[in-house]
Amino acid sequence: MINASLKELAAALASKQISSVELTQLFLDRIVRLNPEINAYVTLDSDKSLAQAAAADALIAQGKAGPLTGIPVAQKDIFCAKGWRTTCGSKMLANFTAPYDAHIISQFDAAGAVNLGKTNMDEFAMGSSNETSFFGKVQNPWDRARVPGGSSGGSAAAVAARMAPAATGTDTGGSIRQPASLCGLSGLKPTYGVCSRYGMIAFASSLDQAGPMAKSAEDLALMMNVMAGFDSRDSTSLQREKEDYTRDLAKPLAGLRIGLPKEYFAEGLDAGVAKVVEEAIAQYRKLGAETVEISLPNTQLSIPVYYVLAPAEASSNLSRYDGVRYGHRAAEYTDLMDMYCKTRAEGFGAEVKRRIMVGTYVLSAGYYDAYYLKAQQLRRLIAQDFEQAFRQCDVIMGPAAPGTAFKAGEKTDDPVAMYLEDLYTIAVNLAGLPGMSVPAGFANGLPVGLQVIGNYFDEARMLNVGHAYQQVTDWHTRMPEGI
Amino acid sequence: MQWEVVIGLETHVQLQTKTKIFCGASTAFGAEPNTQADAVSIALPGVLPVLNREAVQCAIRFALAIDAEIGRRSVFARKNYFYPDLPKGYQISQYELPVVGKGKLTIQVGDAEKTINITRAHLEEDAGKSLHGDFHGMTGIDLNRAGTPLLEIVTEPDMRSAAEAVAYAKKLHELVMWVGICDGNMQEGSFRCDVNVSVRPKGSDKLGTRREIKNLNSFRFMQQAIEYETRWQIETLEDGGTIHQATVLFDPDTGETRAMRSKEEANDYRYFPDPDLLPLVISEADIEAVKARMPELPEDMKNRFEQEYGLPAYDATTITSSRGMADYFVAAVAEFGGEAKLVANWVMGSVAAKLNEEGKDIAASPVSPMQLAGLLKRIADNTISGKIAKDVFAAMWVGEGDADSIIEQKGLKQVSDSGAIEVIVDEVLAANAAMVAEYKAGKEKAFNGLVGQCMKASKGKANPAQVNEILKNKLAG
Amino acid sequence: MSLTTDDVKRIAHLARIEVTEDEAQATLTKLSGILGLIEQMQAVDTTGIEPMSHSQDVTQRLREDAVTETNQRELFQSIAPAVENGLYLVPKVIE
Repeated sequence: MINASLKELAAALASKQISSVELTQLFLDRIVRLNPEINAYVTLDSDKSLAQAAAADALIAQGKAGPLTGIPVAQKDIFCAKGWRTTCGSKMLANFTAPYDAHIISQFDAAGAVNLGKTNMDEFAMGSSNETSFFGKVQNPWDRARVPGGSSGGSAAAVAARMAPAATGTDTGGSIRQPASLCGLSGLKPTYGVCSRYGMIAFASSLDQAGPMAKSAEDLALMMNVMAGFDSRDSTSLQREKEDYTRDLAKPLAGLRIGLPKEYFAEGLDAGVAKVVEEAIAQYRKLGAETVEISLPNTQLSIPVYYVLAPAEASSNLSRYDGVRYGHRAAEYTDLMDMYCKTRAEGFGAEVKRRIMVGTYVLSAGYYDAYYLKAQQLRRLIAQDFEQAFRQCDVIMGPAAPGTAFKAGEKTDDPVAMYLEDLYTIAVNLAGLPGMSVPAGFANGLPVGLQVIGNYFDEARMLNVGHAYQQVTDWHTRMPEGI
Repeated sequence: MQWEVVIGLETHVQLQTKTKIFCGASTAFGAEPNTQADAVSIALPGVLPVLNREAVQCAIRFALAIDAEIGRRSVFARKNYFYPDLPKGYQISQYELPVVGKGKLTIQVGDAEKTINITRAHLEEDAGKSLHGDFHGMTGIDLNRAGTPLLEIVTEPDMRSAAEAVAYAKKLHELVMWVGICDGNMQEGSFRCDVNVSVRPKGSDKLGTRREIKNLNSFRFMQQAIEYETRWQIETLEDGGTIHQATVLFDPDTGETRAMRSKEEANDYRYFPDPDLLPLVISEADIEAVKARMPELPEDMKNRFEQEYGLPAYDATTITSSRGMADYFVAAVAEFGGEAKLVANWVMGSVAAKLNEEGKDIAASPVSPMQLAGLLKRIADNTISGKIAKDVFAAMWVGEGDADSIIEQKGLKQVSDSGAIEVIVDEVLAANAAMVAEYKAGKEKAFNGLVGQCMKASKGKANPAQVNEILKNKLAG
Repeated sequence: MSLTTDDVKRIAHLARIEVTEDEAQATLTKLSGILGLIEQMQAVDTTGIEPMSHSQDVTQRLREDAVTETNQRELFQSIAPAVENGLYLVPKVIE
């Protein structure tokens, strides 16, 4: 049951082979057993979860079940869920009980899914290893000494250790795809604007996007059917027809044109990872796809551009944490200024403070044009690279991360080395395109993800591309040992 | 040395919307603290702004009213600073691309007209309120006002006296009420002015260093504050001092301005386009739709009143100085049906004087336009004289009824019966032989004295024209 | 361009984050590294390129002016650090 697909779980629930309460309890038991070490979850509330499961069982009994009714889903602790502690991995919000539901949470509630718990993450989603969380680092279930990636590292570890059938994540510069890659999962970052950001705690507003993390592309499609859709409360939410993301799963791939950006196979890519990715591409050729070499010439620039724009937006987004209305307030202070400065010095961790300072600096008087405006101009060049590329191909493929999971502590002292983890993922966020990582094999005994980048709103095709591959490979069904 | 003061205004106009600029919380004034502070107003983690259509339409209305360029593509920006009444740690405003561009407003100071150039007007959100009451030495924060839509209207430094600045502010105040975008309530803070004041030697074309007087919410305070600030700056310079750019507050109790402590440090607002909001695009159709529902503007109405009703320019300008007065006038003219100039005289005269005396708005006038017209009809048909009409008006003002019933009750009907008037004239001639003799000796003035005596004897009710005629005949006879 | 600890302190103050002398030193090293990374941008000529704020070329949607929110003060203030009489309390604000 723990390795079953969402479709199989739905069938088991429908046939009364298992109830939602039993299924939820099964996963809660696994969490109790595994979480003390793996630390994928920061908040559990079994009463709430089981109450939702019981309500789902009632719906199933009435024949009113949808595809996700009764299925437990782990929620990244970046989504406000009413009555649930919602921390965003920060001391600043360690005592914050959300008084409202994020749109994504409401969508899962409406689908009858069960909130299994809130997953660990890099503080305010700033990190690529889950080591910046106030609630401690998360272990990679494939090698407990290694990181699961970040920022959605808790969600990734939870699904990888089969402590949840599926989970939500958010991706600002690779935070779904990189941990999916490092933990052997499927993860999708949709086109910017497809999933509402309402109630999703902001890191960098123009880049943040929610998406699903699960074992297979098919599971991702079912999750997307719940998560995607217009929300009037988010001005950047796009008004589009509701789509069925499973509609194209079974399409044959014959004639598919795959673009291979030469910059994604250049220096900096681990040889083992390169080999796995190349084998996956060979598999696609066998499935009838053609490959074409393309160029995304501004790939290298995406890192500096991102590390101007994301911290700039973050520095402003995180100004609301001032100890006045909610969240941490310093215990002692002399006056208002002192309260602000102590509250924020205590409430934020080192990486968050660094990014706030970088953002403050690049926006400050005299530097705006040289940094912020320049970065916005380069952002357009980066988006135009993709526009050019998609004239030659239907999807782009390459590695999701330059290497496999690294050792905890290995990059914590060198932020710049950590930032390079996102080399292949960041440009997709800057352009607002959809990106996906699917398990493609192992290098040095650790999972490797194949990244699939689609054109705007091409998620259904990308899921088709992932699913077709998963019909002829079994990487996505592999489980780590000792869980 | 001769000094010249240079003044520019930034006015924050609260827009008359039902809800806040970026969320569906009510903007009603006077609610219990924080009961209108919803998730967006208190900036909970994860909440997002969505722009209020009505606020945009208010901005377009204003642009049309001052004949300004409308920003077809405007952008919302974040102004970053920390303050407890600013929940997000930034104010959503407009910076590089405002919704309203260059426009102008013509003011009248004494007999002279002057055009004040408006640089821009932009949409932004209001902050909450800090209450410095007794909370164990702490400050209380009420966020009900946070997020109320504001239109900030910025002028060029075109004004050269406190009087001009006040004239501009009054004109703007009337205009925003006229086009229905603001309730104009200055006590409640719906219309607040920041005044930039600098001085320079007369004849110089270089601007002096300015100090900004914040948050003036009465025209009287504005006048006092500018006058004080101007004197202070001139004295400072004449004493060999220098003016430092500063934000100052006006203290109505002392009549002085003083620099704000909290704004001492140089601000670096780190403006950047708000990534949570998209560019605001206003189409020709949007503008046409607003135009179709625009009221006639004061300037157009003034011209129409001159042509249609034959009012002198002064009367037309005065009547159209407020929407309430113009509406009152138009309603009274329509009901009266007679000479519009008579209506204008009464509206600018007795009605305005009484309102002024009691500090009332014309909308709250105890004498309605219909009632005023009823009174004027009785003047026109000679039922009462203009003089008696004043008494009737006074009675109407205190609620004694409409003109006809007051005339009836008090027996004020003009006497036009020539027989009755002849009796009075005879009595007056008999009792004032000396005056008659004077008149006959060529003293024309004595005639007026006799008319006066006749009117007095009739308790003012005799038709003065008839008295004149009969008296003349009798004296000639 | 090279950053000094005074710059770090000025930025930290703008961001309302208290930093000790030691922290300012440590932060300086890391920020300098990040700014070095960012400097790469300057190698590209971006003259005439329209800045990109949003990935989609869409415009602002407008909301109807109707009240949708109800009073939730009690719930919202149940998670506040300090409240009294419905007000959020902060150290005295001096104007």
